[in-house]
Amino acid sequence: MQMQKLAGNDVLLDVRDLETHFYGEESVTRALGGISFQVRSGETLGVVGESGCGKSVTALSILRLLPKLTARTVGGEIRFHGRDLLKLSPREMRQIRGNRIAMIFQEPMTSLNPVYTVGHQIAEAVQIHTKASRSDAMAKAREMLRLVRIADPERRVNNYPHEMSGGMRQRAMIAMALACSPELLIADEPTTALDVTIQAQILRLIVDLKEHTGTAVMFITHDLGVVAETCQRVIVMYAGRIAEQASVTDLFARPAHPYTQGLMRSVPDRRHGRQRRLPEIPGIVPSLREPIVGCSFAPRCPFAIGICREKTPTLRDIGPGHAAACFRAEEVMGG
Amino acid sequence: MNGQLLKVENLTKHYPLGTGFLNKTVPVVRAVEDVSFSVEAGETLCIVGESGCGKSTVARLLMRLVEPTGGRVLIDGTDIAGLKTHELRASRRRMQMVFQDPYSSLNPRLTAGQIITEPVENFERLSRKQRQALAADLLRKVGMRPGMMHRFPSEFSGGQRQRLGIARALALQPSLIIADEAVSALDVSVQAQILNLLLDLQQEMGLAFVFISHDLGVVEHIGHRVAVMYLGRIVELAPCEALFANPVHPYTEALIAAAPVPDPTRVRLEVPVEGEVPSPVNPPSGCAFHPRCPLAVDRCRIEVPPLVPMADGRVVACHVRAPAADTSGRPVAAASSSLTVG
Repeated sequence: MQMQKLAGNDVLLDVRDLETHFYGEESVTRALGGISFQVRSGETLGVVGESGCGKSVTALSILRLLPKLTARTVGGEIRFHGRDLLKLSPREMRQIRGNRIAMIFQEPMTSLNPVYTVGHQIAEAVQIHTKASRSDAMAKAREMLRLVRIADPERRVNNYPHEMSGGMRQRAMIAMALACSPELLIADEPTTALDVTIQAQILRLIVDLKEHTGTAVMFITHDLGVVAETCQRVIVMYAGRIAEQASVTDLFARPAHPYTQGLMRSVPDRRHGRQRRLPEIPGIVPSLREPIVGCSFAPRCPFAIGICREKTPTLRDIGPGHAAACFRAEEVMGG
Repeated sequence: MNGQLLKVENLTKHYPLGTGFLNKTVPVVRAVEDVSFSVEAGETLCIVGESGCGKSTVARLLMRLVEPTGGRVLIDGTDIAGLKTHELRASRRRMQMVFQDPYSSLNPRLTAGQIITEPVENFERLSRKQRQALAADLLRKVGMRPGMMHRFPSEFSGGQRQRLGIARALALQPSLIIADEAVSALDVSVQAQILNLLLDLQQEMGLAFVFISHDLGVVEHIGHRVAVMYLGRIVELAPCEALFANPVHPYTEALIAAAPVPDPTRVRLEVPVEGEVPSPVNPPSGCAFHPRCPLAVDRCRIEVPPLVPMADGRVVACHVRAPAADTSGRPVAAASSSLTVG
């Protein structure tokens, strides 16, 4: 099987102790509090969590696209093929960004330039990163539009973004991202703004293209359903840290972090009956402006004990390929 | 108490595109086309569909925030279309709305207490003491501390703001609340809190809801009956459990199949439906779903299918699965030829 061959064990991206801070007038927000994970070549890694958990900041930190004046990566390493991206010059970074690591965003309308045709924008990406001529680049643009299954690519290549529907724009974004055959595609909530039947089409497209091209995908989403349908491994983030990391089957079958469990139980699910009260996660997400003592989930956690309020749990192995940042992970998993 | 609280008959809304000063015929957006349903006291009717299907326009028509092109909205038997301004205001005591965006739907310059008691002050003067007592009562109802009434919206989280939006809707003790994507902007853990609150309030106060959503998981969880809309029309209206267990309209089937399920062991076979929703300015002839429908026959391209009652109490608008001649109500099982898309 092609997929098994591609999802090998060679590490493409190795993130270690990544720390990113945002600077306000009087405060520092610790958006990422030291996270470590790997993306292997050819795999789809899901990054899931709720608003403010740091999943988008992770993507922007990797691509070094953080807002310059207000945010900075203050610690850690981002090794891509062994080279630390944080040590590259802006010029070297530009050769990687959009070329070997590409990104697609939630809102295709704001990430496409409204004054150029879609074909022009795809061709531009090709020309920046290869020595292709203008006409070759346009031919590539047409080929890419066909690959993402846009009907009538010959005509659509000359369309402006506003002449396309939301689903078609997202296809065009994917075409642009994949035009240079990146080794890693970072997709940040790529289907969140789309209708459910269009979402199903785009998810299918991403899965198919990934199998076809062997590109590794880092799939950022808040939707556990999307994770279940597209990813092989998953990272669950909470308050700027990784709470749990597992294969998708292990995560859903044996969630080991109380937050993962709470998240899964709060999604309405017909298997647990209609019209019943949903299990809630009490309380709210902590502010990242003040230093957090102990586990950041402890104030909301039904499993919390003394140690949880004093020491910060680190991510530790609790099974093959399964890690959780919880002192009581074994009990959580068992109960 | 049982009885029809709200009755909607042949509701239609066309929005003209442009003013038609030079053109004789103005193209219109057919946002809502011939929509009929009713809501009983204490019941939750959900309206689902994708962007542009007309579900939010229906909400606005129910509140008479926009004027219908045709059709009637009856509340307790009174047609709201004929009401004068002051009568309309009185009808709004029976019916209140909760909006999608808890950020833009609260006035940032008013305190929480002022926001939630404002509807009542539209009708009667409250003393300072009465206002505080009312605010405290409303806050408690939505699970917030009365002490929070002096804070401003910016001091609240998204979930708390949505609680304030609900408290404001409850202030006039309505019988019906129209919730337009009321939990869509919220994270799932917060969404669960708000859904629980709505279920609790319904039990305590006998509230009816018209719950508009694109999220089928949420709809299945809280709905009693569900109306599925496509391009301005209801294509299927059924009791909630029946709809999800056995969708009859091919669009309903596709919609349910398209929703991602948080279960990695489930294998998705095919993309449930190809193509995109057509423009409501120039809707396809006949059944609006026919260009995407795997079951479409010639008749679907010509005739708009009527809503046909089925044996289990649902209505379906489909020439293939619910032929109009068969009004006696045939067994639903016979209609479940499988839907596959090549």
